[in-house]
Amino acid sequence: MATVSVCQYHRGGFSFENCKRNALLEADINKLGFSSPAARKTGTTICGVVYKDGVVLGADTRATEGMVVADKNCSKIHYISPNVYCCGAGTAADTEMTTQIISSNLELHSLSTGRLPRVATANRMLKQMLFRYQGYIGAALVLGGVDSTGPQLYSIYPHGSTDKLPYVTMGSGSLAAMAVFEDRYRPNMEEEEAKRLVRDAIAAGIFNDLGSGSNIDLCVITKGKVDYLRPHDVANKKGVREDKINGRPETGNYRYKHGTTGVLTKAVTPLNLEVVEESVQTMDTS
Amino acid sequence: MNTRGLRSQLKDSVPVTGLCPQAGPYGVQDSLRRGFSSVKNELLPSHPLELSEKNFQLNQDKMNFNTLRNIQGLHAPLKLQMEYRAARQIQRLPFLPSSNLALDTLRGTDDSIGFQDILNDPVLSEIMGDPHIMTEYKLGVL
Repeated sequence: MATVSVCQYHRGGFSFENCKRNALLEADINKLGFSSPAARKTGTTICGVVYKDGVVLGADTRATEGMVVADKNCSKIHYISPNVYCCGAGTAADTEMTTQIISSNLELHSLSTGRLPRVATANRMLKQMLFRYQGYIGAALVLGGVDSTGPQLYSIYPHGSTDKLPYVTMGSGSLAAMAVFEDRYRPNMEEEEAKRLVRDAIAAGIFNDLGSGSNIDLCVITKGKVDYLRPHDVANKKGVREDKINGRPETGNYRYKHGTTGVLTKAVTPLNLEVVEESVQTMDTS
Repeated sequence: MNTRGLRSQLKDSVPVTGLCPQAGPYGVQDSLRRGFSSVKNELLPSHPLELSEKNFQLNQDKMNFNTLRNIQGLHAPLKLQMEYRAARQIQRLPFLPSSNLALDTLRGTDDSIGFQDILNDPVLSEIMGDPHIMTEYKLGVL
């Protein structure tokens, strides 16, 4: 009991009890030459573009854990509200929890106001939360949606700054994607052209950045309609294991084909059985 | 109402209550309630966010009251604070969880979710403060 502060009822939220202990452990581990496990990040390419009728958001689907791919097909475009979606880069858990919390808050808010939520509301909620935690929540987000004031696109940085722009990219592959945008973006594009532009930008990030890979997911948001295309494009196809002789996929198939073992002799002995008694016993299924 | 700049309101409103020395009511180290003390624990927070998170609700309220005072005059925060004080008195016994519903409704946090509702929910806590000691502390009898 001496180690517990028993005078006040304890509140919820983040608990900083173990921070000093963790710092000590980290120092000890580093002194021995090992490294502590790294959080799973989504070294990522995410981007968004505003076109004539709405917003197109795009993301790759690779999640990395240090130098290893942790998830080959993770979903980085998160639902915030029926007309607002958000792509997340940075620490995977942070983006996931942050977007879920903001989605819940936005739902409560829209029930309270009785209106469809606005993108600017989600933006403000996100930036206030991220600033409160001073960048310790590593979530870099691209927020896009269509509301009563039109299509909007915001980029939100982990420390809480936001930008409202017609085209944005975030993540480790952001420079590669931004290069494609800067070359081919023009205002008021058509939907197919915007989708092709986002697809090419994400592909540039996938092929030129180690932290991005696998498939390309797209989300097209227009007034009253959302197209969540997952996957829109499989840029990196993983090879299918094939049995060389038959040509059929051999994933865990341990059947040997006929003729593998040579037959030397064969003798067939029929067993003459005669039926003595036949009785049926019904099962009690009541 | 989170629109005013923080700087002007915050410079005199962050109470350093989180890091008070481990002194109990008689001014000496209170090992029974606060555990063993060390200089490092008292002087430095274990995480840069610890202090700001501990005082977050307090600072939000102060900022909101200041803004309200600037907009509507002194009467508005005074009336609200009276209501807060009344709502804060609706509590269960000190060692039991109270819902604080009236206080939440006044503050407007009854229709918002944050980390305090998801992580480390006090309702699901596995340890409980000793009822006798907590009641004595609350009553000032010790």
